[in-house]
Order: sequence, then structure tokens, then C-alpha cells
Amino acid sequence: MTVQTLPEFPVKKGEPAYKVWIFEPGWKGEIPLNFNLRQLAEQKRPVLLPGHRLCAGCAAPLVVKLASFALRGPTIFVNATGCLEVATTIFPYTSWAAPWIHVAFENAAAVAGGVESTIKALKKTGRLPYDHVDVIVFAGDGGTFDIGFQALSGMAERGHDVLYILYDNEAYMNTGIQRSGGTPQFASTTTSPAGEVIPGKTQAKKPIADIMVAHRIPYVATATPAHWMDFMKKVRRGLEVNGPAFIHALSDCNRGWRHETDISVEIMRRAVDTCYFPLWEWIPEQGYMLTDRSLAIARNPALKQPIEKYIEVQGRFRHLLKPENKELLKQFQEYVDKVWEDLLRRASNAPK
Amino acid sequence: MEKTVFKPKIPIEKQVLTTANGDEAVAYAVKQSYVDVVAAYPITPQTIIVEKYSEFVNDGLVHTEFIPVESEHSAMSACVGASAAGARAFTATSSQGLALMVEIVYIASALRLPIVMAVVNRALSAPINIHNDHSDAYLMRDSGWIQLFVENVQETYDTTIQAFKIAEDPRVQLPVAVNLDGFFLSHTLENFYMLPDDTVYEFLGGPRKLVNVKVDYFSEEVPLVLNPARPLTFGSLDLYDYYFEHKVQQVEAMKNVPPVVREINEEWYKLTGRRYGDGVVDAYGVEDADIVIVAMGSGAGTIRSVVKKLREKGEKIGLLKIRMFRPFPYSDIAEILSGAKIVAVMDKAIGPGSFGALYEDIAASLYDLDERPLLLDYIYGLGGRDLPPSLVYRMIEEVKKDLESKSVERKIRYLGVRE
Repeated sequence: MTVQTLPEFPVKKGEPAYKVWIFEPGWKGEIPLNFNLRQLAEQKRPVLLPGHRLCAGCAAPLVVKLASFALRGPTIFVNATGCLEVATTIFPYTSWAAPWIHVAFENAAAVAGGVESTIKALKKTGRLPYDHVDVIVFAGDGGTFDIGFQALSGMAERGHDVLYILYDNEAYMNTGIQRSGGTPQFASTTTSPAGEVIPGKTQAKKPIADIMVAHRIPYVATATPAHWMDFMKKVRRGLEVNGPAFIHALSDCNRGWRHETDISVEIMRRAVDTCYFPLWEWIPEQGYMLTDRSLAIARNPALKQPIEKYIEVQGRFRHLLKPENKELLKQFQEYVDKVWEDLLRRASNAPK
Repeated sequence: MEKTVFKPKIPIEKQVLTTANGDEAVAYAVKQSYVDVVAAYPITPQTIIVEKYSEFVNDGLVHTEFIPVESEHSAMSACVGASAAGARAFTATSSQGLALMVEIVYIASALRLPIVMAVVNRALSAPINIHNDHSDAYLMRDSGWIQLFVENVQETYDTTIQAFKIAEDPRVQLPVAVNLDGFFLSHTLENFYMLPDDTVYEFLGGPRKLVNVKVDYFSEEVPLVLNPARPLTFGSLDLYDYYFEHKVQQVEAMKNVPPVVREINEEWYKLTGRRYGDGVVDAYGVEDADIVIVAMGSGAGTIRSVVKKLREKGEKIGLLKIRMFRPFPYSDIAEILSGAKIVAVMDKAIGPGSFGALYEDIAASLYDLDERPLLLDYIYGLGGRDLPPSLVYRMIEEVKKDLESKSVERKIRYLGVRE
């Protein structure tokens, strides 16, 4: 069998789309960033191959595939334990067309730090056959907000040149929809059920991206795979900066958010339209900057949708629409507004 | 007939006589071993290793990337990432640090990563204690790591270098823990001989070499490493249809360890003139002994001095020092102890509700013998409690009485504890 080499675009007719990414030693250059949808579909092979066992409608593979469309060249992936890991690497199969490692739940950032340090050591001693190898982490909200936060914070403080992509489905979906530090207030999960007395999770979502901004690393951004061009640009920027970069990607989970499988992208759009999940990026020189749809809303506040638009299509918030819970819904709207207004005050490109 | 005197390749006059404590000796050994990544978190009594190594890094004496991680859990995680990416990786810890990282310790061995770790043995909490015993080493005894115990600073230096070669041997590909007793070795100055830098470099065959594996996707064997040229998936989900076979493969790899450890011990002897028994166990005076004491670590030195004096008086007593605790050399031990009448096992850790771990392993070794010696478990030295020669004498007197009466009343005894 012959081994394929990159660049290998376009895919020749009759060739399988599922080839692994090969960067022969000595490979030089930079894969161009391409936003032509047709060409992307026809020519670019995502790093996640078909045949994985993620649920229909899951946004995690969208996050991975779009991120892989923004790769510069040789890349090593590190995955925390979670849905993405268990559903893509069931031995003896793998969906990963690039070098990939999973070690445990809470340590993806530390593992990535080890990989990145090795790349440095090999380069220093003339043993790295490339100019540069990028390192990308994929971790869920549990592996980022909660159990993996220490390793993430340590990695950021030490300044490893790693792009950490959080795919945030807002609960421990892999173990069956338990609440996490990323679960929004009032969401019903199996450990914060909407009960007779307590209406779902009582605490607010941890502002993880702001916490990463507070680390003053070179790049922090929020994104969703529904805003795919914005997301790809952010991934490329995250790879380009020297030092740690963090992207908080909202990642719909129809099993946990309780909706049909064909509206994930629509729901993530509504998350941005309602300002529940604003899109922004942060760099030390310019601070917060709104992007894409969120920038449009800042310029034209009439575009901002009420929070009902976001929650009405999700079973996890169903109880908020009951007449007796009107007050909770009001609280939710107020919380979203406060966070949005705060962001508008901080964003350097928001109209003042 | 002409008598030929053995001369090592690097005679003693070409080695550098140095004075250092055990921790510094580890740092020197790692400095000479062309290590790419060191990830470590400070903990007493391991700290000197990290401090000393940081000096080497910041003075530009090594090419190593030093990762000052935020916890031991991340230390081992970074070593796993580094080793999987092709680095020669090293870490060091003690006690609570090892307990925190133990989740990843198991993963390191199961991913077959040749990481080397110095475990500066210290008692586990609670009560919190910074001094030496072997409770931390026993904590990881089923983790799939090779566990070597050293007796003095010279052996610490020698074994740390050997550990990289053992771990990276294509027949092995397993991580190695070098256990040195906290304070007794880590903080005690001794003279020892260091090899020239290039000798160590040559002994290890230069930088880490990767092994090749066959996977379905590629027609040819590919290096077992995170490699953009030949991508592999590390750490996949392994369910009831494969997990069992993979664990058995780890056992098979462990079976290759004793011959490799013996080979490297012999190679070291030819190179330096120093060897430690056969590398696996070090038996002293056991051939004709009725009484044999079994011990690991620095305590073996104290016991040997006592045994030597008693043997000079004509007493039939011997010492069996276990240098390699995992994989445990069951059959070697059965053979060595087959002539003994009574065996006293010295365990430097306690397992409430069970015997000491070393005792259990020795008992398992002896079970298949036609004539088994009497067997005793002496728990000693917990939390750094000293083992002076007087205590060893007292223990031997007790053992002699048991031998005379041909029975053992109390199987577990606590040496040096206040009643």
C-alpha cells in the first residue's frame, strides 16, 4: 500500500475520502486557509474520519472537522476523556487521521504541555523533521471547567504553545447528562433535575473564557460551529500565536439539551442571537473584540432576540416556560442581559 | 599460571570521585543521560533533584525542557505526553506526590512508555510525615512499573543511568521507578564515582531510540510515537473484547525484564567494575545460611554489616537484598532460600489487615518448595524510625530462638516500636 502525502488536493475521482494526513519528514509550507464552502466540501479532508460513533446531531465532530480545516500543517492532537474520545477511538478502530493521544480526564493540558516541550527539545537538538508542529487539545466542559481546570491553568501559566479547544456541551454528557461547572442556571440535568422544589441547576455557568483571559495568554476566543467561518479564523489565529490559546466552543448535545437531532446548528445560532453565548476574541493588545453575529448585534441592538428563542426549543429548559416559573425566566433574561452589557462595555470594537 | 586481573573499560582512576547526596546523584545521572523532558513538582525529600536539575537547565548545561508543573498529577501526565511524542522523559517524586499521580502512573506503563522516575521513598499520610518508609513504593506495586531499590549513593547514580537503558530496551518498553530511601540516601553525603559524560552517552546509545510497530493502515512498520508522518492513535477506548489481551501483553513484557536487568548489570560491571548481585537480587552469605534476612533499600547496608560480623564469628546467617521488587523474582528467590531454615522478611511499610507486601511475595516464592523454611515478617522503620545495628542484633537473637524451638508464634512483629 502506498502512503499518501499532503498537499493532496483535490481528491481524485474514485479515491476514498478517508485517508490519513501524512506530512513526510521535511514537509515545509503552510496549508492555505480556504473559506470556499464548495471547495472545502470537495477537497479538504477533515482530521476526523467517517465511521465514528458520536450521536446523530452531535456538534462535537463539527467542532473537530472545522478546526481541522484551519490547520497550518503537522499537528498533534490531545484529547481529554469524554464523548469525543470514547466515540472516536473504540479499539481496534480510530477515526483520527492525525497523531492523537488520550491519557485521562483531567490532564489533557498537562499532556499537551509534555508533547509541546518534546517538540521544542527535538527542534533544539536538530531531531524535528519539520519547521513546526502544532499541538491542539480537545476537551469537554467537565475536563475543562471542573476536573481539568488545574492542569489547564498550569499549562496557561507556563506558556506552552498549545491551542486548547473546549467543546462545551454544558454537562457531563458522556456519563449521562450530569451538571457541570459549564451547565447554565436553571438547566435540568440528571443531577440537577427540574424538581418540585428546586428548578434545575441553581448556580450560574462559570465564565471560563473570561477566566482564561485573566491568565493573560496570547489569545482567547468564543465560537460555535454554527458560525463556521468565524470559528475557522479563530482556530488559525489560535495556532499562529506564540504561547497558549484558548477557544471556548459551544457544542450542542441533543441528548442532553433535549431536542430533535436536526436543529443543533439552529440552536447554536440562537445561542448567539439571544446573546446567551456572545462571540468574541481577546488579545492582550486590544482586549475584548466582538466578532461575527455578536458584532452585528452590538451595532444594531434590534437584532438581539429574547432568551425564550433559545430555550423554547430545548427540553432542558422546558420548565421555565411554565406560567408559574415566569419569575425564573425573567431572572434568566436579566442575567444574560447583564453579562452582555458588561461585555459591550469591555469590547473595544463595540459602538459606544 | 598467569592470573588475569579484571580491568573495567573505564578504570576507577578514570572515573570522577564525587561527594554528593542521593538526590544530587540522581540529578547528575539524569544530566548525563541526554534527557529531553523533565517534568516535576517539588516534595520533600525529593526536592534537591528538582532544584539541582533546574540549575543545570538554567546554566545551559543540558538541552532538557524542564516543565515546572503545578502538581505531580501533571508531572506524570506531561511525562506521558513527552514520552509518547518521542522524548526521553524523567520525573521524581515522593509519598503524597506519588499518591496524587498514581492514576497516570498506571497509564504510563500500559501505554508502554519508557519513562524513568526517581521515587524518594517517604511515608504516606496520615499522620503526615516527611521521613522514609516504603509505603509509597508499595502503593504502586501493581502499576506495571519496573521497581528497583538502591542501597547507597553509588548504587543510586548507577541505577538511575541503567534505568533508562532498561526502560528503552526494545524487549521491555516499560517505565522504571528507581527507589531511594528518603533522607537516609536522599540527604546523606557519600563519596561515589561518576563516569565521564561521553561514557554514559555511549552506554545509553545516544538519544532515545524508538521501537517500530505494525499497524493495519501502513504496509510497513512505523515508529511507535506521535508522528505527523505516520499518525497513530494512543490511548484508545479498549472494552471487553480487547482489554484483557492488552493487559496480558503487559505481563509478557514484564517477563522480559529480569534477563535485561541482568544483562545491563553485567554490562555495567564490564564498563565500571561495579555490579549489584546479578542485578535482580544480591545475596550475601546465603549459600550455607540457616537464617536469612530479606530486605530492600538502605536498610540492607546496615543489615549486611551486622551479618558480616556474625559470619566472621562463624554464624550461619545471610542477607538477601531484593534489588528488583517488580517484576518480582519469585523463582530466583525460591532457589536462593531453598536451603534456609528460617527467613526473616523486613517490610518497611504496613498494610493494616494484611502482611507486609514483601513478606507476601516471599511466601508465594517459597510455597512450591518441598521443604519450606519458617517465615517471619518484621515491620520496621515506619515514618523514618531508625534501624541501628543494635536493633538488627536484637531481631537476630529473636529469630535464633524461633529456629531453636522450630516454631513461630507471632508471624508479624514490629521492630523498634514502643509497646
